[in-house]
Amino acid sequence: MLRLEKRPSPSQAWNYATPVLAVALTMVAGGLLFLALGKNPFEAIRLIFWDPLFSEQFGAYSRPQLLIKAGPLILIAVGLSIGFRAGIWNIGAEGQYIIGAMCAAAMALAFYPTESVLVFPLMIAAGAFGGWAWAMIPAILKTRFNTNEILVSLLLVYVAEKLLAAAATGFMRNPQGAGFPGSRNINAYGSASNMELIANTGLHWGGVAAFIAVIFAYVLLQRHILGFHVRLAGQAPRAAKFAGVAPTRLVVMCLGLSGAFAGMAGMFEVSGPARLISIDFNAGYGFTAIIVAFLGRLHPVGILLAGFLLALTYIGGELAQFMLGIPGAAIQVFQGMLLFFLLALDILSNYRVRLALPAQKGEAR
Amino acid sequence: MDLSAINPVVLIASLMVAATPILLAGMGELVVEKSGVLNLGVEGMMIVGAVSGFAVAATTGNPYLGMLASIAAGAALAAIFALLTQVLMANQVASGLALTLFGLGFSALVGQSYVGIVPPRTEKLTFGPLTDLPVLGRILFNQDILVYASIALVVAVWYWLRATRSGRVLRAVGENHDSAHALGYKVRRVRVLAILFGGACAGLGGGYLSLIRVPQWTEGMTAGAGWIALALVVFASWRPWRLLGGAYLFGGIMVLQFNLQAAGLRIPVEYLAMSPYLITILVLVVMSSNRARSSLSAPGSLGRSFHAAG
Repeated sequence: MLRLEKRPSPSQAWNYATPVLAVALTMVAGGLLFLALGKNPFEAIRLIFWDPLFSEQFGAYSRPQLLIKAGPLILIAVGLSIGFRAGIWNIGAEGQYIIGAMCAAAMALAFYPTESVLVFPLMIAAGAFGGWAWAMIPAILKTRFNTNEILVSLLLVYVAEKLLAAAATGFMRNPQGAGFPGSRNINAYGSASNMELIANTGLHWGGVAAFIAVIFAYVLLQRHILGFHVRLAGQAPRAAKFAGVAPTRLVVMCLGLSGAFAGMAGMFEVSGPARLISIDFNAGYGFTAIIVAFLGRLHPVGILLAGFLLALTYIGGELAQFMLGIPGAAIQVFQGMLLFFLLALDILSNYRVRLALPAQKGEAR
Repeated sequence: MDLSAINPVVLIASLMVAATPILLAGMGELVVEKSGVLNLGVEGMMIVGAVSGFAVAATTGNPYLGMLASIAAGAALAAIFALLTQVLMANQVASGLALTLFGLGFSALVGQSYVGIVPPRTEKLTFGPLTDLPVLGRILFNQDILVYASIALVVAVWYWLRATRSGRVLRAVGENHDSAHALGYKVRRVRVLAILFGGACAGLGGGYLSLIRVPQWTEGMTAGAGWIALALVVFASWRPWRLLGGAYLFGGIMVLQFNLQAAGLRIPVEYLAMSPYLITILVLVVMSSNRARSSLSAPGSLGRSFHAAG
């Protein structure tokens, strides 16, 4: 019989090894999935993980996409990871992302068609504010009324989606759009446009913000007392209480920060790649970012790498859809499996697996 | 707007139909949480149940086989959760989320070839002359089999938890797993069985959506029903009868909201469609605002993983 023995502290080596192992296992399981769908597994895996970067045929188009997709994922995941470390579960980043984008778009539309350098910074502020305000709903309900933040933040995603639909077909509709749903093209409005900064890299302001967020989170967690409180509250809630960590402030800080980051991600998206507010504006970045945060082991640098990997699965997934006719949903399954393997392998860093001999079985229980 | 188009008898009869998916899923989750496990994957198990039931029913032409498939699919997904949290000691919140993310993707993948198909009809039961009774006949004696089954489930779970030995063991495990372990109860086995039961119920709830309530398969069709079911358990303070009441209340809101849309209330559809989620949040706030009471009614070991020190 196998027996589990709790480690006094998580194993560092396994901490680094498990994400890699999880990705490898997901590739195997994903290959089996593609085989079940009647596709060549090796070709599919190569299309997803290799061709977007290195193929001569697709690379030129796909490589810039990597930064475009990774930017919002990293930005949102960094914000979420800080809360996850403290045991505060904001799983409604998708909603905060939508509201941030809507607030930023509203700011842009309010100034339209005035050209000014102030418009873009104001939009960033509006996006961050929108996401922050949407995240404050679960935060305040949690601190004032002890309401579960997981359920409230998630339910607010559905509310945000309905608001988005109302905006796209109603109060934000392009007055010159011949009645079609969708706002004005914000990307085409000079002062509000989130342009590619270096040609053919896919780097826009959202990517820059993601890198800044990674550095910010790293400094916060490693060098600042607040980061210490966050880690303390997650690992030893009782000790945190004695150390004078105010749980209320921590909840408001963590949810507010992750909301603001998600809102900003929405802002960069609506003014850049998405171009305008439309009914299907949100692409699930807020949920995929949860996987990114876990794959990166809630560590800023890890999240940076994980963000690129999941961005790759998005792009490679589209490629596989186009080339092999693999359904788009297969990539979602793929990402879900990745999280399964990751969580399953966590046991290796927290426990020692020992072989218990039958003679010892009695005392082993 | 024409309110006279809303017939109260039809409204009540259809609110029972609208409430059944969340009632089934909520009852399953109630048992899971009573055993001390928080499974946030209800939405994922529901949607996989919905697509599996639909696929089997559409292929075989028999809705009841579809329902069995829903049960099996929900339990199968729950088995992954049980493996992760009970054997591999993974975090319950994260594992539940993983279940939901995976379930949404998996169902979209499987369901692709079933979009736009009409499933075989599930006939409503009739009770001869009783069904012909003026008001009660339509409400009480002319529903499909799962509406009755869901109410029977409430009675059974209520009786089982309060009056049988195994039900009490389950509650003991949920209240304090260390004490239960010291008394010699198999904490892990009890929890695995509870998780499987919860998955089966959630799967059936999902199957009800795609086979009877809608009845059709569309991607992401559960639209938060699993999360509402989770909120319902908190609303019910972990008590079966309150869960029944809560589910019918929510069913009423959903049906009324649809009826108001149809009656042409001068509010954009999107705002009406928001109402079930907003009301769920409101109810959660009211139920959890009294700290002392809500912490008393929640199972003591809820969400904590158990590892027998060896």
